[in-house]
Amino acid sequence: MKFAIVVFPGSNCDHDAYYATKHVLGADAEFVWHKELGLQGADVVILPGGFSYGDYLRTGSIARFSPVMASVMAFAEAGGPVLGICNGFQILLETGLLPGGMLYNRSVKFQCEQVYVRVEELETPFTCTATPGQVLRIPIAHGEGNYFAPPDELDLLEANRQVVFRYCDVEGAVVDAANPNGSARGIAGLCNKQRNVVALMPHPERACESAMGSADGLVVFESAIAQLKSDGMVLPG
Amino acid sequence: MVTINSKTLDHHGLSREEYQKILEILGREPSPTEIGIFSVMWSEHCSYKSSRIHLRTLPTTGARVVQGPGENAGAVDVGDGLVAVFKIESHNHPSFIEPYQGAATGVGGIIRDIFTMGARPIALLNSLRFGSLNDAKTRGILEGVVAGIGGYGNSIGIPTVGGEILFEDTYKGNPLVNVFCLGLAQAGKLVMGEASGAGNPVYYVGAKTGRDGIHGATMASAEFDEQSSEKRPAVQVGDPFMEKLLLEACLELMQTNALVGIQDMGAAGLTCSTSEMGSRGGVGIDIDVTRVPQRESGMTPYEIMLSESQERMLMVVHRGREAEVERIFKKWDLHAVSIGVVTDDGQLRVREGDSVVAEIPNGKLADEAPCYNRPTEIPGYLEQVRHLDLEALPVLPAAESALLKLLGSLAVTSKHWVYRQYDHMVRTNTIAPAGMGAGVVRLKGTDRALAISVDGNGRHCYLDPHLGAMLAVAEAARNVACAGALPIGATNCLNFGNPERPEIMWQFARAVEGIGEACRALELPITGGNVSFYNETDGQAIYPTPVLGVVGVIENASSVLNRVFPSSQSAILLLGGGSGVLGGSEYLKTVCGQVAGSLAPLSLDSERRLQQLLVELAAAGLIQSAHDCSDGGLAVALAECCFDSGGAGADLMMPDDASGGRTDVAEASILFGEAPSRVLVSIAESDFGIVRKKVEIAGVPIAAQGQTGGDRITISLAGRKVLDLSVADAEAAWRQGMERFFVNRAA
Repeated sequence: MKFAIVVFPGSNCDHDAYYATKHVLGADAEFVWHKELGLQGADVVILPGGFSYGDYLRTGSIARFSPVMASVMAFAEAGGPVLGICNGFQILLETGLLPGGMLYNRSVKFQCEQVYVRVEELETPFTCTATPGQVLRIPIAHGEGNYFAPPDELDLLEANRQVVFRYCDVEGAVVDAANPNGSARGIAGLCNKQRNVVALMPHPERACESAMGSADGLVVFESAIAQLKSDGMVLPG
Repeated sequence: MVTINSKTLDHHGLSREEYQKILEILGREPSPTEIGIFSVMWSEHCSYKSSRIHLRTLPTTGARVVQGPGENAGAVDVGDGLVAVFKIESHNHPSFIEPYQGAATGVGGIIRDIFTMGARPIALLNSLRFGSLNDAKTRGILEGVVAGIGGYGNSIGIPTVGGEILFEDTYKGNPLVNVFCLGLAQAGKLVMGEASGAGNPVYYVGAKTGRDGIHGATMASAEFDEQSSEKRPAVQVGDPFMEKLLLEACLELMQTNALVGIQDMGAAGLTCSTSEMGSRGGVGIDIDVTRVPQRESGMTPYEIMLSESQERMLMVVHRGREAEVERIFKKWDLHAVSIGVVTDDGQLRVREGDSVVAEIPNGKLADEAPCYNRPTEIPGYLEQVRHLDLEALPVLPAAESALLKLLGSLAVTSKHWVYRQYDHMVRTNTIAPAGMGAGVVRLKGTDRALAISVDGNGRHCYLDPHLGAMLAVAEAARNVACAGALPIGATNCLNFGNPERPEIMWQFARAVEGIGEACRALELPITGGNVSFYNETDGQAIYPTPVLGVVGVIENASSVLNRVFPSSQSAILLLGGGSGVLGGSEYLKTVCGQVAGSLAPLSLDSERRLQQLLVELAAAGLIQSAHDCSDGGLAVALAECCFDSGGAGADLMMPDDASGGRTDVAEASILFGEAPSRVLVSIAESDFGIVRKKVEIAGVPIAAQGQTGGDRITISLAGRKVLDLSVADAEAAWRQGMERFFVNRAA
């Protein structure tokens, strides 16, 4: 049971993902430098948050061409669980593994604050131990997290049950006032059609201990561990 | 042959006397490159020529001090084999000219100072001053500065965990941007900015050199006038991505023992780093500017030596270890170029290929910089502003409306609009929620945490520089103690006007005396800092504004406190016996529109006992929250304790110690008057007895008692209710005081 945390130049939540998986959850975790060509036999791949390549040009657009990404793509296509957090989400959008793109937050400012998200889908490796409609208190920290896709694309995502997390209020209601950045249909996280690649803008790795204000993010990593333990489970797709 | 005329000297900010000294040192006329080098090294910014004589009086030693002033940053022992490396610095002038980049490069610079010492930066704070937000230009400067601080810190991945921001008209043409960084290093593994070992190669690493920032240090040593925006090219552009790579590469290199010494190329760039590293080690440095990676073509040696391009470092490495060093930097896609060698002749020698363009004795350049004991004179304004006739004030408003006004004022209002733009959680160490007191970061792998606060009040120092500076020390330390931390070290950033004016120099001298006095009494060594003079626009100086950054240790991170009352019913105590005065207070300014009067005195002995008591009670788990009474006095502090609690109220009872005079003035003094050494704490009712005993033993008076509960904020004097306001109304006023200036612009 090993998490690989990919480190791009400019990644800055790599240590936080490592600490959460290794020290809070006691799993095996390893950093993988972006110039490497393999994933060190990892069972789960995390693309962490940060500002890969400074987010110059467009968020995630350069990291997507890092040598390691060929291995990540192959791992994902083979059904391996991949989690993109924040900048990791933006990188996955650039690879085309997930549809759509990110606009600047509607506040036109970087925002770092606690938000609530509702778990919409349990059939992913990162939500399988959550309860239906579970509300998680997890922080965001991004300038460009305003998810955008054309209406027909959004309809398709909904029809395929690919919307995994939505911004909501403390009661779980998806309302505009609880949408921190203007994301279309309150989307905070998605999965691919095969359901093994999951990405979200909020930072579950920052919400794994009550000392940090919330331990609600644990469920994301615990799900991955549980899924792998139930060896051989076939993902619906 | 060049001839140095007075125009050249003026352009370089050098006096005739300083030029004479240059002639003596060199025994000849300086070359253009040499005059440039002397000019930046002897600028106020680099040489501290007006302040050194005063700074020497500050206490800089103590049992925990590992590194005092003189290096890139100071360091104190925090236990568990770890040292905290920290410093505060100003970037005032660049932030006025180009707010985003000025503030961003300020953050970049202070981060480099920390990791240069071998420490991983783990926390940023800032202390900001602006004019009124009614002014559109000021709003633009504020937005730029906040975005710049966030843009740099967020990207490089160091959390901005706290700070303060105040607004006074005096800062309209000269905002203050002071940035603080703290890093963590292994004890005994600090890296120094010292060159040694003749023959060791001198490496240039990081970004390429361009023409940006030439004479930045000289600019920061001059007053502003209407032409200041023409100085825009002297402001540098920050690249936090480059610095992130540099940070990781340098820390990786420091794990090897290939490094001899390293220094950031900050103010005065290559000049300052080569001469300071050489003079600290008592050696010479010989470099060839043609080997310096350059971003632009046709740069002269003068420009290369004076450029302040960001994200660059100078290193001396052990001969024979070059390949290892170059391999690490290559991994991070960075330049690491050998540009010269260490020599044993003590000369800073700059070559351009085969020709020597500068040759200056290193020691004389750095250590024999001018040092002035500038004349001081009591400013004429003091007598006038100290006079305050309370009896002559117009009829004061009802306590409730005054409180609402104060809560909505820029001094007191929630700064959520600001800190929401800062990533305050990255690295998952921030265990105190933003906006609730000192910044607190846990130290992973230990039980400990560090609390940090930056504080200063220019208005107080304007009225009384000596007492105002003491109050800044006391408040920063008290805020740290309110988090449950024992204050162990301090850094200061001294923002003043033109030191060549005797009344400014008097303010400075008195403030430094005050800092020294308070730091000695509170056993707080100053381990470093920064002086920013010439904060004037069109001859008008800012309020004298010393800002103190204090670091404290919490032995058990789980005992950290913040200001918020618990939701359960608890007892409230006001610890500390001083009575608030309206002189110099936020109330007098915001409600009465006056800046006048005398400040309440500070008893350093009482302050020290109060802080020790807080740390003891917090460690024993006997207090649930603690909050300093500061701007707006007792009523504002009580209200702030109720905010973010989910609407829980509080009721406080005090004896009526009013003695004659107008009743409204007496009540306002009690509710809104300001005095140091007062802290509101909440405790479980079952702990009341034991806490009271400990408070008595500590010799700290209890000035008021009360309980939490209900949904109103009430204060009674001898049984008579003098304040009664709903928490919801109070909190609403407090929440929108800053945001209201930015509505209808973007959601």
